[in-house]
Amino acid sequence: MSPSFTIVHPGTGSNATPVTPKNVPVSGGPVSPTAEAVGAQFPGVISRTVVSRGETTIIVDGARVHDVILWLHDDAQQSYDYLSDVTAVEHRDLSLPLEVVWHLRSLRYRRFIRVKVLIAKGAPLEVPSVMDIYKGADWLERECYDMFGVKFAGHPDLRRILMWEQYKEGFPLRKDFPLRGRFSRSEQLKNALAANPEARYSMEELSIADAFEELPLDMRRRLSEGEKVGE
Amino acid sequence: MGLSDADLAGHGAATELVRFDARPGEAWVTTKLDFLVNWGRANSLWPMPFGTACCAIEMMASFASKYDLARFGMERMAFSPRQSDVLICAGRVPYKLAPIIRRIWQQMTQPKWSISMGACASTGGMFDNYAVVQGIDTIIPVDVYVPGCPPRPEGLIYGIMMLQKKIMNERNAQQGIRDEMSPDPTSKLYIPASRIDELSEPFGNSVHQTRSAP
Repeated sequence: MSPSFTIVHPGTGSNATPVTPKNVPVSGGPVSPTAEAVGAQFPGVISRTVVSRGETTIIVDGARVHDVILWLHDDAQQSYDYLSDVTAVEHRDLSLPLEVVWHLRSLRYRRFIRVKVLIAKGAPLEVPSVMDIYKGADWLERECYDMFGVKFAGHPDLRRILMWEQYKEGFPLRKDFPLRGRFSRSEQLKNALAANPEARYSMEELSIADAFEELPLDMRRRLSEGEKVGE
Repeated sequence: MGLSDADLAGHGAATELVRFDARPGEAWVTTKLDFLVNWGRANSLWPMPFGTACCAIEMMASFASKYDLARFGMERMAFSPRQSDVLICAGRVPYKLAPIIRRIWQQMTQPKWSISMGACASTGGMFDNYAVVQGIDTIIPVDVYVPGCPPRPEGLIYGIMMLQKKIMNERNAQQGIRDEMSPDPTSKLYIPASRIDELSEPFGNSVHQTRSAP
């Protein structure tokens, strides 16, 4: 149970007043205490710690990244309760590994940490899903899958989100993907026009009867009294 | 197309001229009806705004008080395709929207026209990439292309005036100008009209509200 909501004015709360950091070095500088805490909790999981422009990045073992993020979320001293982003980076130098990146933020302690997993060249693009920890990871992971082809093991509904589901040309943000796509323009248009916009968003899916339990109380009462809604 | 005295003399009584089954010598009545119908159509174009990007901001500016498209009989923005006459595609159309703009065009009733507003809608513009349709004329027929990135409201208004001129020059006796070439029923792209009608119901335009009311 979370404590009741209180308004904290700058300079009056128990936490330090937030200030914009000045003279932040491009690389190097103080490491976030979270990095050391993770190292102490999971010995050997961090292969490298990088500090860039005041932000700490930990590069962790792909097999244990789910445990690390779960601990960062649950531990009272860390309390990383907000997942800003899940994305991936592919370098132009194709011998470098592909990176999957999680941006975590602790609203309580005003901290930020970036967690990275390196996927070596040729290894399967698969990392664990964090959707059981952060529900907001749903669309972020779908977008990362759509653009990079990274599979998130454990995601309940991993399908394309920006491109349509029948898209056959590959993953657009990968470096080997040509800017104009792989097919000819006419082929692309033919494929796009053959897609059915209602395939996933049928009226059956949007039926108000299925959503009955989700509706506000007054609407449920009016519907149970037999009021008709717009078709 | 005028009529000479010799034409009139050939028909005898003047009343016989006022008939609506157009015969070769009776073009005078048809022309006047064309003028009346076209005048009405050209000055009450109800736009179906399909705004996807920054061009839509300029389109909204055109509708607002300074440029005031109501002067052209366009004050009624028809957000339902069934009640609109001109589709204004303002902005880039990604491939994911391609089946949607085509379906909106199919749902519009004849007579209908379309304006492609801006560089992206006309050619894909600077977005020569995997995601953007390279000109909506690959999906639907386009009557007027308005250049610009985005065009100023004056540009859109000029395009609308060009469309009005085009409408004023249409001849309704001419068979085929309203014909739509539909895709081959055996092809994957074919959607029967009954299916389009069925799919348009959830959007709840006034026609279907009337029909589904108890």
